[in-house]
Amino acid sequence: MLRYIVQRLGFAVLTLWVLITLTFVLMQLLPGDPFVGDRALTDSVKNALYAKYGLDQPVYIQYLKYLGNAVQGDFGDSLIYTGRPVSTILEEAFPFSIDLGIRALVFAVFAGMLLGITAALKKGTGWDTVSMIIAAIGISVPSFILGSLLQYFLALKLSGFTNTQFGFRLLPISGWASEQHKILPPFVLGLSSLAIIARMMRSSLLEVAGQEYVKTAKARGLSMPLLVTRHMLRNAILPVLTILGPLTASVLTGAFVVENIFNIPGMGKYFVSSVQTNDYPMIAGTTLFLGAFLIGANLLVDLSYTLVDPNIKLYKAKV
Amino acid sequence: MQYKAEMFEWTGPAKEEQTLSGSGAAGYWKDVRQRLRGNKVVTSCLVILLLLVAGAIFVPLFSRYSISDQDLSSTNLGWMTGGHLFGTDKLGRDLFVRVWYGTRISLIIAFSAVLIDLVVGMVYGGIAGYFGGKTDEIMMRVLEVVVAIPYMIIVILLMIVLKPGVTTIILAYGAIGWTGMARLVRGQMMQLKEKEYVLASRLLGAGSWRIIFRGLIPNSLGVIIVNLTLTIPSAIFTEAFLSYIGLGVQIPLASLGTLASEGITSFQTYPGLLIIPAVFLCVTMLTFNLLGDTLRDVIDPKSKE
Repeated sequence: MLRYIVQRLGFAVLTLWVLITLTFVLMQLLPGDPFVGDRALTDSVKNALYAKYGLDQPVYIQYLKYLGNAVQGDFGDSLIYTGRPVSTILEEAFPFSIDLGIRALVFAVFAGMLLGITAALKKGTGWDTVSMIIAAIGISVPSFILGSLLQYFLALKLSGFTNTQFGFRLLPISGWASEQHKILPPFVLGLSSLAIIARMMRSSLLEVAGQEYVKTAKARGLSMPLLVTRHMLRNAILPVLTILGPLTASVLTGAFVVENIFNIPGMGKYFVSSVQTNDYPMIAGTTLFLGAFLIGANLLVDLSYTLVDPNIKLYKAKV
Repeated sequence: MQYKAEMFEWTGPAKEEQTLSGSGAAGYWKDVRQRLRGNKVVTSCLVILLLLVAGAIFVPLFSRYSISDQDLSSTNLGWMTGGHLFGTDKLGRDLFVRVWYGTRISLIIAFSAVLIDLVVGMVYGGIAGYFGGKTDEIMMRVLEVVVAIPYMIIVILLMIVLKPGVTTIILAYGAIGWTGMARLVRGQMMQLKEKEYVLASRLLGAGSWRIIFRGLIPNSLGVIIVNLTLTIPSAIFTEAFLSYIGLGVQIPLASLGTLASEGITSFQTYPGLLIIPAVFLCVTMLTFNLLGDTLRDVIDPKSKE
């Protein structure tokens, strides 16, 4: 067990290093010079600036410095919000993103499993069809389209209607303050993950349903609810758990879009605006931070998976 | 006594439940074709795709308008007005031709990205799976690192460095997207290389490359096709996502993603500008997803996502 943990940990560190290096290389490849601005600089000023930011040193020294700083969470200062370190901005923005992300993920997991279980147990009926249609829509409609449409129809039109008729707003249009604000964005963000979980849950449960031990239990007269909860779900749920890592990644990157639509001051909103304004330290910083977070999340999912599944081969954790 | 076929009765699993494990390529494909014939979902998906591809090729060719023709005297027209079937946008460009052109760009991006996936993934997975041992170990470790890095982040970084555009999207997606295919092919290789026909062809003096490309890959084709069909919507989605955050196809070109995200800005006043490209985008993704799912059930009943 310990050996496995150490192995996974080492692997996470290696991945992180590759990510930092890759970001550094890509940032080096960017065309242009940070000090070619609207003001013409004399050579001496330019050299002083280069020296200040360490740009006069050879690339490998810059790289080592970058690596050292990145490990300590120092990503430099934002170019657009001058004088503000990227890490401070991220620190402020991250709680919003994580709040949104967790809500979306919890919604996706529970609603998705419910949908998948319903579909599998009522296979071939209208329930199955409806669940799978919801799932198909979930993976086929990009969140920026879904978000804009729901924002318009539910938050603007419907809530406007309830406001004038009954004097209360059903859903706010944007922002992240009250609990009401936190309904629509997690729904939009979670829907595609919900669809994936529902489909996996369905096929996994159907496969378990065909197993001999389920037939035996049925023959022994076990009631359906007991059979499902005691025997089938337990085995069907494992493959679904494995995709939690990748889903976390897709939820967090999907947040880029959803935060923009609903005007939530999270990392995604900063990231998109930094892409649009070429704020390179901000881009690199967000990338590294998000990457590190996801690598950590994946590690946790991997480790927790070994706790849930006694069959997993700890020492030979091959792909 | 003469034994005739009629004298025997099938007592095994019901015919349609038999798995189509790769025994004899010709029989396998015949079997698949038989199962696909009369499958309504597959037929309708293929018809829709055919229409989409045909429209994407021919509508921009034969239209009176081009995608960048501006007509500032007829901007933001609604449906069926002024000779514009889908109306026009804020610069008076014909939406009908733009949507079909957008479909063309989106499909080109998706197909090329998938082609890169296919080639890289097949070579990588093929080598790792076939040779096994140390080679496999190292190659899979490298792959694991690539997989562990969130792909959207790398795609975005690449897009920033390489300047947005059609080729960049294809390259960026291809650079990251091959891992799924590589894993799949590797798994297939490991399974298939133990089969007797591989031993037989080796006995006859076939080299490794010949065995991989003539023997093993054709036999994994079913699963590969399913995977490809399901990769296409994911490539289209990636392109749309990048378009939304401003790293997509650049003007004067337009993809469905850029059209839809442009449409969002004027959605409240001119809903058609969002809804029409959005419908095209969603129908395309839905069709590929449905097709892939159904093909998977038919070709590869045992597989799990």
